[in-house]
Order: sequence, then C-alpha cells, then structure tokens
Amino acid sequence: MNEITLKATIENIPQATAFIDEALEAAACSMKAQMQIDVAMDELFGNIARYAYAPGEGEATVRFHFQEETRTASITLIDSGIPFNPLSVAEPDTTSAAQDRPIGGLGIFLVRKTMDDMAYEYRDGKNILTIRKKI
Amino acid sequence: MKITKEKNGNALLVALEGRLDTMTAPELEAELKQELNGVESLELDFSRLDYISSAGLRVLLSAHKIMSGKGGMKVTHVNEIVQEVFDVTGFADILDIE
Repeated sequence: MNEITLKATIENIPQATAFIDEALEAAACSMKAQMQIDVAMDELFGNIARYAYAPGEGEATVRFHFQEETRTASITLIDSGIPFNPLSVAEPDTTSAAQDRPIGGLGIFLVRKTMDDMAYEYRDGKNILTIRKKI
Repeated sequence: MKITKEKNGNALLVALEGRLDTMTAPELEAELKQELNGVESLELDFSRLDYISSAGLRVLLSAHKIMSGKGGMKVTHVNEIVQEVFDVTGFADILDIE
C-alpha cells in the first residue's frame, strides 16, 4: 500500500497527481490511461479541495494500489469533510445547446465515463472514493 | 501550461502546451479576457496540449459563447485524450473542432 496525505488545496493537486503518476509509471501504465487518470485526479482531488471542508480546511489522503494479475490500478481518495457521494450526482444533460448548458457536474461524469469503476462509501466520518482502471 | 498568442489582424491564434486543468484554466481565462476585445475569430491550437479537465471545458465554453456572436471559435489539432473528453461531455457537438 502506497499513500500520501496532503492538505486538501487546489495548489496540492499537482503533488497528488505526481504521486499517482510515479506509481503508474512504475507499473508501466499506458500513456493514454495515465492521462485519463490524471484528469480524474484533477476532478476528484479538486472537488475535495473546493467543497469538502469549505469554508475551513482539512486533509486528503490518496492511496494507490496495483493488482498485477489484472493490471488494474485502484486509486482511493479519503477526506473527513462533509459527506458527499459523487455517485448520487445526476448525469448532466450533454445534449443541450451551448447557451443553456449548466456548468456543474461535468467533472464527475467525465471520471465515471473514463474509469472502469467508481465506488463510494462513508465510513467512520470519512468519504472514501475509489476509482479503478485497467492500465 | 504554456500559452502562445499570435494576432493576425482581428484573428487570434492561441496555442496551448501542457495541461489545461484546475490549476492552469484560470491563466487561459485571464489571457482570453484580456485579448478577445476586438477579435473576430479565434483559433485554439491544441497540438501540444496533453489533456483537458472540466475546469478547462468551462473556459472553452465561455470563450465559445463570446465568439459565437462574432466570427466564431475553432479548436484545432486535438489529440485522442482531449477528443474523448469532448465526445463524452457532448462538447464535440458544441465546438467547431478541426
């Protein structure tokens, strides 16, 4: 198990992403999957930084696990902020005209579409969100 | 992210290099805000852009709205990762992608 705990701030997204990139490179991840996972990190760590502790601040833990047999990377993000289940967010309407399009909700939708799996649980006062992808 | 601008009359070409994400999207937003006055057509060259997240999509959407009342905006040289983001979010139907 490989993990890092950082202050949940927008400024720390690059550090959280760099931690995951290093682990992905060690696992010989394809460039495409790595870019998709980097986008997911931007969305998910960014959400925690913006909303989990607002208006206060707190920490986020990012955990990486690689299952060799199936070549599946699992990334878990943990925070102790307000309970938020991203799986409960309605899918945005991606067919409406540009002018009427609401701006929220796209990030999580994008992650759900590009990752193989997304799981959420709220346990011991913590949001625990795991994404999985075959790399 | 590196932003390179080239103005030709009232046409503006903006080339992006690196990642258009939460950290860098505000830079592009600020550049466009400053530059779009008087610009009639806008091209965003993505040939050296690695990827885009939803924060970048927001900036593209607001630029698209501004430019749709003028000569328009097009996005060129999009890689596979960026195209996938455009496809799954429906942005491929909104934007003029070449």
